[in-house]
Amino acid sequence: MSTNGTPTSNGKYALDLQDVHCYYGSFRAVKGVNLKLQEKKITAFIGPSGCGKSTVLRSLNRMNDLIPGGRVEGRILFRGKNLYDPDVDPVEVRRRIGMVFQKPNPFPKSIYDNIAWGAKINGFKGNMKELVEQSLRSAALWEEVKDKLDQSGLGLSGGQQQRLCIARAIATQPEIILMDEPCSALDPIATLKIEDLMRELVKNYTIVIVTHNMQQAARASDYTAYYLMDKSDRAGELVEYGETDQLFTNPKDKRTEDYITGRFG
Amino acid sequence: MAIRHEYTRSLNRLQDEVLILGSMVEGGINDAIHVLEQRDTEGARRIIDWDNRVNEKRFAIESSALTLIATQQPAAGDLRIIAAILEIITDLERVGDYAKGIAKINLLIGEARLIKSLEEFKIMAADACQMLRDALDAFVHRDIDLAKQIAKRDDDLDEQYNQIFKALLQLIISDTRVTDQATYLLWAAHNLERTGDRVVNICERVIFMVTGQMIELNGSVEIKDMPTLQD
Repeated sequence: MSTNGTPTSNGKYALDLQDVHCYYGSFRAVKGVNLKLQEKKITAFIGPSGCGKSTVLRSLNRMNDLIPGGRVEGRILFRGKNLYDPDVDPVEVRRRIGMVFQKPNPFPKSIYDNIAWGAKINGFKGNMKELVEQSLRSAALWEEVKDKLDQSGLGLSGGQQQRLCIARAIATQPEIILMDEPCSALDPIATLKIEDLMRELVKNYTIVIVTHNMQQAARASDYTAYYLMDKSDRAGELVEYGETDQLFTNPKDKRTEDYITGRFG
Repeated sequence: MAIRHEYTRSLNRLQDEVLILGSMVEGGINDAIHVLEQRDTEGARRIIDWDNRVNEKRFAIESSALTLIATQQPAAGDLRIIAAILEIITDLERVGDYAKGIAKINLLIGEARLIKSLEEFKIMAADACQMLRDALDAFVHRDIDLAKQIAKRDDDLDEQYNQIFKALLQLIISDTRVTDQATYLLWAAHNLERTGDRVVNICERVIFMVTGQMIELNGSVEIKDMPTLQD
């Protein structure tokens, strides 16, 4: 059974998921997701553990390809093209749809190289110094690191490392940034900095964020999608998708209400 | 499985406190009319003092509601309950002010004999109080049909007010010496009429609490913006 949800908007869609099912081997982890992600907006995926939200997120830039047995059925349209068509290069997909992970994972290299490396691999031929500065500025990190670009990225605080990873993702000039619980390893102040940064970034990028922190989804996103595991077959499904303001004040589905009021257990 | 026991208990306690406040102000309206009829100035002073307790109760509920918001991050239906409560207690506190206003009128009339029987006032007070009780029932039982039906009854209250208005006007026309007291009594009736409007507001909040829809129920009266003594 497919669950539909697309809030009305005059904006364009960055990604259009049509009856998406995700498998790990023979196990169907996610079923029947229909979802249009609004361009240059922040969409939060929320739901309890095992609901499939991270699986859906990883399917959006073919990260699931890297997991043995990982497979996606259905269509995910990006600029009118199905990401899973045979002639699509997954590496190019991951350049245009970047990802920031739960735990900051800078390379064991200098701050400068952390940015330059990915760009170089992706064939960047322009002014590298400018790209590094621009990326660090966009990630609201420049002022803090401009005098120590040659120092190791690992010497930064957790919050700074995460912003470094965001800068690294930006350096490949993606259109969409996927964030998989980007603040779960950060303290509250670093978390709020990332949320502020997301507000800045969304002027130029579409952002999709998976978060366990419902207040973060409420604070930081424009749209929210709530996923839940169907107990009958243990497959995650999309329960409700709507404007964040609406979903957190007057959800349509009782299951959403139970979750966001903390009565899910 | 239900979780967040302590939070749920606090939320329930908050709703109980609203009922207590509601029952306080309902008693206040009944007392105020009774004391007016009895020409009991001591009773009137007691009601004026009593209104401070109503105000304190209202602030205590408001404070608990804000604490719940700050500490528990209520969302969805829970958030709407708290938002509705913040509005409802304001309306209830105003009903307390109307009772105090009637008590002040009592003092203004002083030792003078009443120019007219208060039978219609007593009926009006009883109807307004019944509406208030029913509105709080609708609040407790999340009953939007009842809420809508109560709002319709406010038209009756408005009509009763108009009848009292006409009768008092008639008295003034036939004997201008009663003008002062007739005006005081008109204010008292107006406070009862306004009580009905506050009850309609409460009904609107009940509907919001249940459905998330903010709608305006009827409850308007032709003669609006009459000065009330507590203003």
